[in-house]
Amino acid sequence: MINPNSKERALELGHKPPKTDWMDTPTVYKEGIYCYAAKPARLEYVSLPNPRDWSCTAEDWQLPENWKEIILEGMKERLEKYRTFKIFMDICVRCGACADKCHFFIGTGDPKNMPVLRAELIRSVYRGEFTTAGKILGRIGGGRKLTLDVLKEWWYYLFQCTECRRCSVFCPYGIDTAEITIIGRELLNLIGLNIDWIAAPVAFCYRTGNHMGIQPHAYVDMLDFFTDEIENVTGVRCQQTFNKKGADILFITPSGDVFGDPGTYTCMGYMIVIHYLREVYGLDITWSTYASEGGNFGLFTSHEMMKRLNAKMYAEAKRLGVKWILGGECGHMWRVINQYMDTMNGPADFLEEPVNPITGTKFENAKTTKMVHITEFLSDLIIHGKLNLDPNRNDRLKNTFHDSCNPARAMGILEEPRYVIKSVCNNFYEMPRNTIREQTFCCGCGSGLNAGEDMELRLAGGMPRGNAVQYVHNKHGVNNLICMCAIDRAVLPACMGYWAPEVDVSGINELVANALILPGEKEKTVNLRDEPIWPKDVEPDEFYKRPSFPGR
Amino acid sequence: MRLNDLLEQKKAAIIKEWFNLIVNSYPSDTAYFLKKQKDHFANPVGTTILHSLKPLFDEILNGMDHKAIVSYLDPMIRIRAVQVMFSPSQAVAFIFSLKKAVRSNLKKRENQDDHIINELIIFESKIDEVGLMAFDIFMKCREQVYKLKANGERNRVFRAFQRAGLVYEIPDGKRPGVMNVLKSSNTAVAPLDDRVD
Amino acid sequence: MNQKYMYSLIAVIVLILIAYVGVEAAGLQVLFGIILPYIAVLIFIAGFVYRVMDWASSPVPFSIPSTCGQQKTLSWIKHDKIDNPTTTTGVIIRMMLEILLFRSLFRNTKFALNEGPKISYVWEKWLWLVSLAFHYSFLVVLIRHLRFFLEPVPVWLQWLEEVDTFFQLGLPGLFLTGAILLGATTFLFLRRIYLPEMRYISLAADYFPLFLIISIAITGILMRYFTKVYIVGVKELAIGLASFHPTIPDGIGVLFYIHLLLVSVFFAYFPFSKLMHMPGIFLSPTRNLANNTRFKRHINPWNYPVETHTYEEYEDEFREKMIGAGLPVEKELPVVEKE
Repeated sequence: MINPNSKERALELGHKPPKTDWMDTPTVYKEGIYCYAAKPARLEYVSLPNPRDWSCTAEDWQLPENWKEIILEGMKERLEKYRTFKIFMDICVRCGACADKCHFFIGTGDPKNMPVLRAELIRSVYRGEFTTAGKILGRIGGGRKLTLDVLKEWWYYLFQCTECRRCSVFCPYGIDTAEITIIGRELLNLIGLNIDWIAAPVAFCYRTGNHMGIQPHAYVDMLDFFTDEIENVTGVRCQQTFNKKGADILFITPSGDVFGDPGTYTCMGYMIVIHYLREVYGLDITWSTYASEGGNFGLFTSHEMMKRLNAKMYAEAKRLGVKWILGGECGHMWRVINQYMDTMNGPADFLEEPVNPITGTKFENAKTTKMVHITEFLSDLIIHGKLNLDPNRNDRLKNTFHDSCNPARAMGILEEPRYVIKSVCNNFYEMPRNTIREQTFCCGCGSGLNAGEDMELRLAGGMPRGNAVQYVHNKHGVNNLICMCAIDRAVLPACMGYWAPEVDVSGINELVANALILPGEKEKTVNLRDEPIWPKDVEPDEFYKRPSFPGR
Repeated sequence: MRLNDLLEQKKAAIIKEWFNLIVNSYPSDTAYFLKKQKDHFANPVGTTILHSLKPLFDEILNGMDHKAIVSYLDPMIRIRAVQVMFSPSQAVAFIFSLKKAVRSNLKKRENQDDHIINELIIFESKIDEVGLMAFDIFMKCREQVYKLKANGERNRVFRAFQRAGLVYEIPDGKRPGVMNVLKSSNTAVAPLDDRVD
Repeated sequence: MNQKYMYSLIAVIVLILIAYVGVEAAGLQVLFGIILPYIAVLIFIAGFVYRVMDWASSPVPFSIPSTCGQQKTLSWIKHDKIDNPTTTTGVIIRMMLEILLFRSLFRNTKFALNEGPKISYVWEKWLWLVSLAFHYSFLVVLIRHLRFFLEPVPVWLQWLEEVDTFFQLGLPGLFLTGAILLGATTFLFLRRIYLPEMRYISLAADYFPLFLIISIAITGILMRYFTKVYIVGVKELAIGLASFHPTIPDGIGVLFYIHLLLVSVFFAYFPFSKLMHMPGIFLSPTRNLANNTRFKRHINPWNYPVETHTYEEYEDEFREKMIGAGLPVEKELPVVEKE
């Protein structure tokens, strides 16, 4: 006979989700979701308040006595300083359009990751502490008081938002959860509540000029080493210049690409392109060890910190006396450049309006920031036929392109990267429409959440992206995910390893460099990764016999 | 009538119930989204479950081919392995909800037929087997997550450093910690403080 | 959970009872017909202006539009002038599409994929469609009410009514917009009750305006089609209010006063509620700004100097290493005297 209990037991195993109202559902800190707390030295170095050794899972967060007052005062100040914050606190009608647009909600299934609820966490306090109706009606009016539990809820969920802005695309009022998260984190920083993965790069960047804490000589060492590597592959020495006064252009890119695979190949790509332009056209592009970071983790800390870190770019351009600045492939770096830099640290009247000296093209759209995106620059060179390219050399790869959140939704640089990619490779396939361009899914690790301890969060958040990549892998045999962001290059290999294991990750300039025919190069048989350039299933002889092969 | 035929007949209803039991293990609002949104890219979790259950059920019913079962289980377990709201047992428990889905779809008369009950015992023991396989996959996924956690960032930076000759291999192939090497040689990374514990 | 809409439902029922008792038992027609409507309109105007001014008093320090299309760039790359506007015209068109057609809500359906079954987008499409139907029918109903305040009734208003009663259902002709308004609000209410995620995020403040509008629509429909009120008296009252010579004509049914009180509460409640999304959308910085910050400097009125790590400080710290690596420096190392 069957024991009826057997099925009962199996049933009891089932997860019973809480049925309580969200305000009554306590926040449980789950390992794999939260990031570690900021260590005191980071905060001290950049004079941020309340540096101390603390843990976010500890009962006592060692907050200042008047923490509540500080936060509420901070909210008041920001309501007066940011129209965005004030309006976004007031006008949400909770229509639910954003609810299922967040990659963290899709991946984790946690309802508080619906953008509307993430914002309500703060909005409820706004209503309960700042509006008359909320003060009188309390819970009925959707208001609540700021308590330690609320604060811990804020911390947990504000560091589960990558500020990717996907929800803002679908909101009928344009409410931008990223803006709310930015200001929410700024408030938390008033009482020393940051995560170490953000606080450390901020302190490093402030001191050494880059997030990795690379000192100037090591930066040069690393690029020198890349010069050797490039020579092995191409037979050409692509010597770079550093901190060179009077150069034409200053090049700034994220340091992640200098010190981490597979970004290093993108970095070599830049070096090859820079060398090519010097050799063929005499264009002098220099690197800086002082402004050796394009990214800006200040954006994830506070507006002030963003400004403090960003100031280096213009300061260095001025000191070196260059004409304009060229920026590498990075996501949030370009959000800062597009939407904040000129306002914060401009006007850059000591620079010239950017003109491509090789083609004569004026970059009208960068007239006042005087900073041009490398894919804008490359697109212009390519369409004028100024780069000698052999896309066959990338035949090994079947590529797709991941639009990074910030370039897509805080800038709109969608076609330039595609044009460059299509010019340097023969195999390109788009992912489904609702996962790219302005609807692109985040890598799950933006806004400083690319730590190691929150791997479950990262993988869950990267799931919608991984899913779309797996789809084009199955359909078209895609084996390479191209991205235009250093954080993407740092985190997507792990994400792909888990969700789409056959797919590699690379930057655009890696492919450009592989396709670029350098003057005086040796016969190319391998790419920058030391892999043969012919496709896996094609014999080399056959590959070289192709009529379209101009390398011969 | 044999159980297998019965199950074949009621397959659609059983799978539907099984799917609902699984999806209802999520918070109710999440569950609703998982059920309703049919677009594979907007709702990868729900559609992955939906598309895996039918072939999995067929496999339990007929083949019990190990490789095939793993291929259907893997996508589902892979997701639940990173959804920290589930404990390990909860992450694989959904396999066993099939028992409930099957039984509630059998009529009382069928439930009392000795012949069918005997077959049901066999069928349920197959479900147990699949449950154990799910556990294997779950552990494999978790191990992968831990490996990524332990090595991800470090290896990434380490490989680059290594290629640059900033660190060196110890002859027996044992890798030194990146940061230890850096600390001792006092190069590359500015020792702002106790960056690495 | 149920608490949230129960509170709102009870509040509306209490309002109805107050009007009923006030008029029927206490004979407070003057209060409900004249004083409260005036107060409500005053609160509405003052509150509305105050809230908008309050928003406007906070500056827009940074230009942060959400870009939903290709930026303006090289001349040969097609610029998406509406979804990524760089000019005021572009912004205005974008705002018009947003305000008049609820474009972002529609976006849910716009890029529907072939891969998924069609049904997948149905509820999202419904939200867009019903919201649009709701807002437009509400607008038409409001405009139609002008006939009570204007004598003679303008021709364009008569045309509007004719279009609205196009289907010639019943007598007097059924106003389509009234029916749509009631249907749409009911849909929006049921959606909040039946969809778990909507129930989870909804507040009492989301139900209250819905109940209020549903009740207003029901009392309005009752007055027109079922328990007729003394329409000439209503018009007299309305014109009296509009011309600041208010009178209370006899014989207007209590239903009218209930309707009027609910409308008054709606107006008075408006400036203090989420209903302010109406003016709010005009001021929303992610939609009403141009993405032109790389060629037109946006000014932050409270921009202040900050402490930075200057190049000089940097070189001072790393000079030795920089020179060692062959990097150019501003200042050479001090010459150390040999002892």
